[in-house]
Amino acid sequence: MNKNLVLYASILVFGLAAPFIFPAFKVQLSILCVLIILAVTWNIQGGEMGYNSFGNILFYGLGMYLCASVQVGMFFPLAEWTESGGEKTFVHTPTQFFQGMAAGLVVAAVVPTIVAGLIGYSILGLRGHYFAICTLGLGVAAGEISGGIEIIGAGQGFTTPPFPNVGGLEARGEFFYFCSFFALVFAFITIRAIYSTRFKLILNAIRDNEDKAEAMGIETMKYKIIGWMVSAFFCGLAGGIMGGLVGYIDSTDVAFDGREMGVFMVLMAILGGKGTLWGPVIGATVFHVFKEGFWTFFLGWQYVALGVLIVVIVIYFPEGIMGWLREKYPERFGEVVDEADRKAQVELK
Amino acid sequence: MDFMVFQYPMITIQACLDGILLGVLFALIAYGMALQWGVMNIINIAQGDLVILGGYIAYFMYLYGIHPAWGVIVSPIIMYFVGVGIYKLVINKVVDRDLFISILATFGISILFMQLMNFAFGADVVLANSGYGTTFLFDSNVVLPNSKIFSAVVSIVFAICLVIYMKKSKLGRAIRATAQNARAAKILGVDTEKVYAATFGINAALCGVAGALISITFTIHPYMGLPYTIRSFMIVIVAGLGNLPGVAMSGMGLGVFEEFADYILGTEFRIGSVFLLLVLILVYRRFKLSRKREYLK
Repeated sequence: MNKNLVLYASILVFGLAAPFIFPAFKVQLSILCVLIILAVTWNIQGGEMGYNSFGNILFYGLGMYLCASVQVGMFFPLAEWTESGGEKTFVHTPTQFFQGMAAGLVVAAVVPTIVAGLIGYSILGLRGHYFAICTLGLGVAAGEISGGIEIIGAGQGFTTPPFPNVGGLEARGEFFYFCSFFALVFAFITIRAIYSTRFKLILNAIRDNEDKAEAMGIETMKYKIIGWMVSAFFCGLAGGIMGGLVGYIDSTDVAFDGREMGVFMVLMAILGGKGTLWGPVIGATVFHVFKEGFWTFFLGWQYVALGVLIVVIVIYFPEGIMGWLREKYPERFGEVVDEADRKAQVELK
Repeated sequence: MDFMVFQYPMITIQACLDGILLGVLFALIAYGMALQWGVMNIINIAQGDLVILGGYIAYFMYLYGIHPAWGVIVSPIIMYFVGVGIYKLVINKVVDRDLFISILATFGISILFMQLMNFAFGADVVLANSGYGTTFLFDSNVVLPNSKIFSAVVSIVFAICLVIYMKKSKLGRAIRATAQNARAAKILGVDTEKVYAATFGINAALCGVAGALISITFTIHPYMGLPYTIRSFMIVIVAGLGNLPGVAMSGMGLGVFEEFADYILGTEFRIGSVFLLLVLILVYRRFKLSRKREYLK
């Protein structure tokens, strides 16, 4: 326990100091925080609950659009803003910007949660691959439909309010970094807290055998919906921050980007090891470092590399890094290993 | 808007005919998906990208001066080997595993193909002009390109040939046996590995035919693959595995639905409405099944 506390404190201190130690990587670090949030929340569905969702991107995109819309709509007419496109006729004062951002983030987190609660009963009743395909359809449908709505920019995209002229580029980077970092800390603490309760056991029971869990008297649907709502809350929050960070929202390429973010979150969780608390965090970090480090070598061929990467990870590392560590050092994970038993099993194979 | 159906009967007839001719193509793709789903228990997200790849083969023949209708013969032959290649490289490693693994792996293949086609053929929307002319019906109020009729006829011919092949040939029997019980088939001397490869190849060949026809009648674009996957998935779950008349009917129904969605909501919502329909169908199915208190695994 004490050792854990030291670990968490050092991570927290490192996180707080990071933008000052690596000032050139502030944007990358903010994106990393968002990626970790997405991977950790995906893990609630995919890892703990056994519901492989491609649809968490729905909440991410929703949060992105909502945050920007609220931020603009609080002070200026939204339709004129989107119509004016890149050339701004309205300028946010710093106070307006931060007020709008705060209100926007609250809306961006709360509305997706409500949406998840409303559609949860219908969607989470699906099982296995039907759920996977249905959520895939949900994400793409949301992208296509939002690409047809005029007031949020339709096909030409939506420019989020530019950062006000205080402190320049440095302040902008620091602001978004701390937004995403605190969102990450909030998400991690919440998820760690709910994983230490009965809730996680129920989710695992659903994963292992839902019919039996129901027969044991667990209201599985209730817990599935609550799990999805927790995911939606943090996905929406992450989306809102990411929208401000990127500065430009496009329906299919940035917000409901099933081809990038939607797959990334699945991939990161699997790479790290699904069904563990730390797996998605490690997976997201490794993935992001790999992506940023090697993307420049594959310039133009990123998606080809991504496709190959997906296939390789899924085929050769379905257990992920944590699964591999667990196999290698079972004692570290609190598993008692009977050497004779293990040998017998190896021989059996 | 609501009364368009009655006020403009010609538009309705046009939409229905277009939809049915389009739906036949969808049914052909869905048949391939049902085949591999039933035999190998794999949902291939890359299905639509195989279709588009088949379309590009026909388009290239067109560019080099060969009539694109020959693509209907050439494209499936090439696509068969592409399919077998994909099977040998990727699919045979995921065939016995969890369905989600296969979904994710084929999703990776889909992204890979999408981008490779984007590099190879460019991001333009293209079509191969067959020069078949058009048929005018009802005082030229209804316009029907002959290429659409051609594509529907070819699809039906291919589907019938395949059904007969599956019924009569040795490989067809082996495929059906493997679908029923892979283990028993293996015991009785069926080389299931070969059967799986052939199934995936046949599926890819069907996609090739459909793609060649789509490149003649409609347009193709590297990123248009996923909607075809979703359409065929939808048709298969509505019809059920191994229900051929059902696949044909729901394919045509989907085609008609799409044409009407196109007219009523506007073209920008066409793809969106397809994906939304998928969600609605799945949710409907979930409530219907939960009333019966049984789950399909």
